[in-house]
Amino acid sequence: MQKRISNLPFTGTPEQEEKLNAVIARHKGEKGAIMPCLQEAQEIYGYLPVEVQTMIAKGLGVPLEEVFGVSTFYSQFSLTPKGKYNISVCLGTACYVKGAAAILDEITKNIGIQPEECTPDGLFSLTACRCIGACGLAPVMTINDEVYGRLVPEEVAGILAKYKEGNA
Amino acid sequence: MNMVNIKINGMPLSVPDNYTILQAAKEGGIEIPTLCYLKDLNEIGACRMCVVEVKGARSLVASCVYPVNEGMEVFTNTPKVIKSRKMTLEMLLSVHNKSCLTCKRSENCELQALCKELGVENSNRFEGAMPDATYDTSTLHLIRDNSKCILCRRCVAACANQHVAVIGPNSRGFDTHIGCMFEQPLGNVACVSCGQCITACPTGALQEKDQCAEVMEVLADPEKYVVVQTAPAVRAALGESFGYPIGTNVEGKMVASLRRMGFDKVFDTNFGADLTIMEEATEFLDRVKNGGVLPMITSCSPGWIKFCEHYYPDLIPHLSTCKSPQQMTGAMIKTWFAEKNGIDPKNIVVVSVMPCVAKKFEVKRDDMNAAGEDIADVDIAITTRELARMIKLYSLDFKNLPDEKFDDIMGEFTGAAVIFGATGGVMEAALRTAADVLEGRSLENVEYTEIRGTKGFKEAVYKIAGMDVKVAVVSGLKNAAEVLDKIRSGEADYQFIEVMCCPGGCVNGGGQPIQPASVWNFNDVKALRAKALYDEDKSMKVRKSHENPEVKKLYEEYLGEPGSHKAHELLHTSYVARNKY
Repeated sequence: MQKRISNLPFTGTPEQEEKLNAVIARHKGEKGAIMPCLQEAQEIYGYLPVEVQTMIAKGLGVPLEEVFGVSTFYSQFSLTPKGKYNISVCLGTACYVKGAAAILDEITKNIGIQPEECTPDGLFSLTACRCIGACGLAPVMTINDEVYGRLVPEEVAGILAKYKEGNA
Repeated sequence: MNMVNIKINGMPLSVPDNYTILQAAKEGGIEIPTLCYLKDLNEIGACRMCVVEVKGARSLVASCVYPVNEGMEVFTNTPKVIKSRKMTLEMLLSVHNKSCLTCKRSENCELQALCKELGVENSNRFEGAMPDATYDTSTLHLIRDNSKCILCRRCVAACANQHVAVIGPNSRGFDTHIGCMFEQPLGNVACVSCGQCITACPTGALQEKDQCAEVMEVLADPEKYVVVQTAPAVRAALGESFGYPIGTNVEGKMVASLRRMGFDKVFDTNFGADLTIMEEATEFLDRVKNGGVLPMITSCSPGWIKFCEHYYPDLIPHLSTCKSPQQMTGAMIKTWFAEKNGIDPKNIVVVSVMPCVAKKFEVKRDDMNAAGEDIADVDIAITTRELARMIKLYSLDFKNLPDEKFDDIMGEFTGAAVIFGATGGVMEAALRTAADVLEGRSLENVEYTEIRGTKGFKEAVYKIAGMDVKVAVVSGLKNAAEVLDKIRSGEADYQFIEVMCCPGGCVNGGGQPIQPASVWNFNDVKALRAKALYDEDKSMKVRKSHENPEVKKLYEEYLGEPGSHKAHELLHTSYVARNKY
């Protein structure tokens, strides 16, 4: 699947930029500097929007397309921000046969975003992940560190409401 | 050089030890098929077309990157090898848009040729999902149709070699596709429109934006006075589309075909090239005398201009303000020629035939309107390839046409103009004129051989009227970047620099007939085409731009002096800083 690209406005701070510049300065001139820069940039910003990738390209003196090519090659890199609450729906084999697709559908309907996207208010982001090793609880999803198992679609709205109301 | 002894298909062979198996086989009379391999440019051994068996090796090896060694035994056409190559093709076909009957690259497609050579019988052997392919028409000069892309990365290598690098492989696995940063269309990134990606493409995935239909429409319109002009490099390559050997000058037949298509006048961009020299040499001498910005850099090549605007906007003051020969010719057609013949410039359509796709961009630039605000100097720029297509469409028997001459007034040109099509040509032409002006007499020597040849970076010092003139000639934007970096750092002590966007100059432009990699890898196509131009220069009586009688007449009748106010208004232009990201 091709990676989704965020169209939410960039909200980087001067502190973050300073950190990133230090990272770039540390790796500049190294062979294969793009990878570590992207990794550390993702730690700083949580994701890799065009503004961040442009800073890396400029700083390292490499083409922006090359940076983008690397960022879309490796699954560890995300081009969309994570929300305050990151919902991760397991689509591993066990969860899938137990109806994870219906759970995912219900969530996308409820919060209006697709996997790899973030809601405009920054509250939720959604990921479709592979097996998280909780097959006994299938179908399973996590919201940040909280695990929800043996889900049925009807439960979804209630769980999300807790987070929306700030009662989680 | 050390030699090693190897055996290819049992045949003993002695070759230099730095050869690849591919090179060694070629010497032994065996042309191993390749697809992703472009010599010196894309040596990645990725496509697996060129696989061979090597005795003792665990698996088949990619001969394009595998070095020879002493005692090596190679087998290039065992059943195992043939089966593997065929399977590679069948898998490529499984995700290929096989609209070959209507594809512009049909009969000039390397994938098609290989399928034929290897006897692929079933183009649908593997059926399944097709990738989501993009179709990008966002630029003025090209179309990317990824449904025909085989991911060989030759375009990516060509773009990187130009120091532009705005295209590359995005995503991975089945989703891998060639695109731009953040999936932007090419028109939104700092592409310079050189078209080197098009001529590197083995299939129909990259093509110029074809404007033949527009040209045919104006030709059929009785209200329009349609004038055509052809660039020097076109005549040196057009013949390749009709089976002539590379480097055949087909000027006469080209003129005859254009006339038979119904153009009202067939003019030569060479006229504009001579004019460019008059203006550029004058501008140069003026900068030298009056302390203007030096080194001055030539401005004929629109891909180069766009590169400078995107990547080195701080150096724009170094660019000559002269329009390119195409634009100068167009400007003079719509002003001088129109006035002389009592034609309303609004009814004139100027079509240019160029070795270049960036010219499609150049005609749409601002400040290219000598005859009035809404009147473009040149209306439509088509490439050598499009002209060849039109000649076929008009059913002209190219090979049997008579050799004809350009029409009067703007068909007159000198040897200096002809060599504009090869790297070093503009500089040589300018020096021929500048030297005469500075020395105040007509010099006998007109050949500046130090700056000839297809090397990417050339420099020379000439003593003219007691003054040392240091010049640099670069072609290919990688070399341009090198010289620009020198200017930025203050190391460059040149007075005058010629830059051509495409490696080797216009003869190797992005609009020229496409030669397959098998020809590129083992022939110096640029040099062969350039030779056709230098031969024509040598055969000409008048070899200096300022001695072109029609150009002299133009200044007497219309422009006054080179560099005059009127000349500036009509023949010079301006540039804009553009973004890199």
